Amino acid sequence: MAGYSYLRPRKSVTLTVLLGALIVYSVLPLAWMLFSITKTQPELLSSFGLWFSGPFALFDNLQQVVTHDDGIFVRWFANTLVYVVVGAGGATLLATAAGYGLAKYRFRGRNAVFATILGAIAVPGTALAVPTFLLFSQVGLTNTMWAIILPSLVSPFGLYLMWVFAAEAVPSEILEAARVDGAGEWRTFFTISLRLLAPGIVTVALFAIVATWNNYFLPLIMLNDPNLYPLTLGLYQWLADASGIGAQPVFNLVITGSFLTVVPIVIAFLLLQRYWQSGLSAGGVKA
Amino acid sequence: MTPFLVVFALFIVTPLVYSMYLSLFRNQLMGGTTFAGFDNYVTAFTDPKLWDGAGRVGLFFLVQVPIMLGLSLIAALAIDSGRLHGKSFFRVALFLPYAVPGVVAVLMWGFMYDDRLGLTGSLNDLVGFPLVDPYTKQWILTAIGNIVTWEFVGYNMLILYSALKTVPVEIYEAASIDGANQFRIVRSIKLPAVRGALLIATIFSILGSFQLFNEPNILKQIQPALISTYYTPNIYAYNLSFTGNQVSYAATVAIVMGLVTAVIAYVVQLRGTRRDV
Amino acid sequence: MTITRNRRVAVGAVATLLAVSLTACSGGGDDDGGGGGAEGASADEIEAALQEGGSITYWTWTPQAQTQVDAFEKAYPNVDVTLVDTTGAGDANTKLQNTLAAGTGVPDVVQIEYQSVPQFQLPGQLADLTEYGFDELESLYTPSTWGAVSQNGGIWGLPQDSGPMAFFYNQEAFDAAGVEVPTTWDEYVEAARTIKKNDPDTCLANDSGDPGFTTSMIWQAGGTPFQTDGDAVTIDLADEGATKWAEMYQPLIDDELLCQLPGWSDEWYQALGDGTIASVALGAWMPGVLEDGVPDGKGKWRVAPMPTYDGTPTNAENGGSTESIPEASENKLLAAGFLKWLNSSDESIKAFMDTGGFPATVKDLESADFLGYESEYFGGQKINEVLAAGASDVNEGWQYLPWQSYANSIYADTVGQAYLDKSSLLDGLAAWQDENVSYGTEQGFNVNG
Repeated sequence: MAGYSYLRPRKSVTLTVLLGALIVYSVLPLAWMLFSITKTQPELLSSFGLWFSGPFALFDNLQQVVTHDDGIFVRWFANTLVYVVVGAGGATLLATAAGYGLAKYRFRGRNAVFATILGAIAVPGTALAVPTFLLFSQVGLTNTMWAIILPSLVSPFGLYLMWVFAAEAVPSEILEAARVDGAGEWRTFFTISLRLLAPGIVTVALFAIVATWNNYFLPLIMLNDPNLYPLTLGLYQWLADASGIGAQPVFNLVITGSFLTVVPIVIAFLLLQRYWQSGLSAGGVKA
Repeated sequence: MTPFLVVFALFIVTPLVYSMYLSLFRNQLMGGTTFAGFDNYVTAFTDPKLWDGAGRVGLFFLVQVPIMLGLSLIAALAIDSGRLHGKSFFRVALFLPYAVPGVVAVLMWGFMYDDRLGLTGSLNDLVGFPLVDPYTKQWILTAIGNIVTWEFVGYNMLILYSALKTVPVEIYEAASIDGANQFRIVRSIKLPAVRGALLIATIFSILGSFQLFNEPNILKQIQPALISTYYTPNIYAYNLSFTGNQVSYAATVAIVMGLVTAVIAYVVQLRGTRRDV
Repeated sequence: MTITRNRRVAVGAVATLLAVSLTACSGGGDDDGGGGGAEGASADEIEAALQEGGSITYWTWTPQAQTQVDAFEKAYPNVDVTLVDTTGAGDANTKLQNTLAAGTGVPDVVQIEYQSVPQFQLPGQLADLTEYGFDELESLYTPSTWGAVSQNGGIWGLPQDSGPMAFFYNQEAFDAAGVEVPTTWDEYVEAARTIKKNDPDTCLANDSGDPGFTTSMIWQAGGTPFQTDGDAVTIDLADEGATKWAEMYQPLIDDELLCQLPGWSDEWYQALGDGTIASVALGAWMPGVLEDGVPDGKGKWRVAPMPTYDGTPTNAENGGSTESIPEASENKLLAAGFLKWLNSSDESIKAFMDTGGFPATVKDLESADFLGYESEYFGGQKINEVLAAGASDVNEGWQYLPWQSYANSIYADTVGQAYLDKSSLLDGLAAWQDENVSYGTEQGFNVNG
């Protein structure tokens, strides 16, 4: 591949600087967070946001986060992992299979399915929360982990994304060729399509992970037991503890907890991003 | 395919159908729940609060979405061009805001917007007069737009970027051999390649705009008088249902807004795909 | 500490004795002990149920709840109380409303703000505790808190705490601006001007429009804008009290004398500590909030009675809540036993007061220990003398709307706009009135606003 100018373009300083401005915009609030997690509660409230101030309390904050309320933060963290692995993992599998099916197999009512899905995601989820809650409580699902996992298995966005992806990334000719060669549908899917779909699957998985990780509204409605809370709801509870009668303002813990909530997502992204790195799909076409 | 449809039917369609059923009733504190036929729909279509919110999210969609998607597209193309120093860094840094839970994101911006303690205060001090004050009627929608843009530029950039990645390298190779320059490659290869993804991103953004909820709802706790209980249709439905004891009317509002959103999304979808053919 | 421990042992011993004798007396007649028993029960039967045991669920956001529940389970080892932290009143209301609508997972004992009691009581969602003989407990509580839990001919909860208003001020900030503690509202407005003039970045108080504060202020001014009798509701947000408050308060808004800071935010805590906000007029639970949330203010804060309109002391309640038993609870008898212990036993109330709770029980409000307590945070001031005196000045006859939490949610759309635009509070109140009249009518009430 060496030698093609397209693949070894000159680095452009201008472009880097221009995009750098966008990056500053992106990371400025995060910088605020990074400085804030090093501050004690009083310093947090009284110092300039974008610089250090007072004693360096990062380790103290971290320790407090994991020990506050008998270490419930660790519990929330573990819950979130369960929700993400089962919920987002399942959602990715289902969306991939369904999106691929919709894109590559023609069947009657395909447009109807599409319209239904689009229509369903157009109805705001927050407004469906109460009916969903009423239904769930009738079958005894509220205040269980299933109340969070089951709805998050459906990712219409993921399905839609996979659909468009599969339509573009997996040329029908290749599938035809495989069928002519006598490969079964499953074999075709696993040996050819899956590789071509890899960037799409990773994208869908990442979005599903983030969506589940940040899921806040559904747990708020469905769960009463703090032992089942995901991180977001737990942090919200700490925030709510800061107001009202008998208030315990722990903003430093909320911010440090938020930071710890963001870190795993960043790591997940870093781990997954190699799938975008080299032309996976190009390799697939050659194979 | 089938497992998805089963789960989809159970957890999306069933509540939806149940909501439609609910929307045919009336809830009263005194008198309980009674059958109301389509009364709720008649009320909804003439409800000034609902249409006030709908107008606001419509405006939001028309202004915020093009800006956000424009930025995302530029970023995706720039990163894909390979002409950036440290492109992995750019990709991660741009995506980071999306990883921040919405509650935390709004709290951070809420702090920075503050005229007294936040960065807005520092900015206004710098120019010497109150240039911007996000917590005013004139600015608050822009302030919300800014938060949403911040959260989702990276997300949309990723959708577009992974679409660019599906373009086989051979095509670029061929184009380079034919002597096509960067801009030509962008125009004739890359833009057509991302059209599908751009369409998805647009449709997501339509849904996002019309369902706008988290950002204004959390800001409302900081500035209650600036954001009304019917600021967006979704906030309206939420308040009706959670504080107003009007689950049925809330379901009606949700369904009406769902229909409006679906129609708009469908029109965009049709226009988008027609151009493809 | 030792005294408490000894007493706890003693209580336990008495309870055991009682249990033995009760079991002996009642024989096999305790079948309905753990049942749904809508019939009600005597004190003896309640005690028997507690001894027999069972499990109940308690929803609360009271910080002391865990300590109280631990003590209860020690006294009644057969009873298992599952504590659910409902994280603040707003979410708790929503959660309770949903759960009651669904009809499953209903708690047996639940904390409800005084202002939300009618909202759950009117649709018949709360158990009438008269059936358990709780009407006999009336003399234990202050009239205003008892009034909040008894209405429409029933008893719907036992008061947990009370919040008679008081004027909390930062002495250091007052000295810096050369301001005396205002005793009338006219002096209050003058003090606000002086403080603003002295340093434009500071202010006497913060208020960007808060329904709880507004209703308490109208209450303090002698207003009774909301009156409910069954399904007949009268709303008059232009009554004498409301008008008196609005006219007094308007200049504070017009001349930008107030800090536009939302309460309970991080900035608010900070401003209370550094003297930016020189005073707050809130419920008697405020000292606990200051001690925990504003460590910087230690030694600077003092408390005084609420300013008056004409020199006659009057007061209002601000905040506070009750514990109630939902009608749908499956274990009301046991719940009644727990509730009675929770909000009337010395042990439980002591645990509540030890960590800053302000009681609703007359005996505790009048106890010498309580009144003589010298708060280090308040520079050694005997704060409870001031606060308890405020409790006896609370105007009678106040009622909240049967849909108060909805009314509060639309407050910012109406009265809140006056704060934002510096427009007329009276107009804002009129708009609030209109919205409430139309909502009440829609909800099937007979509203003659």
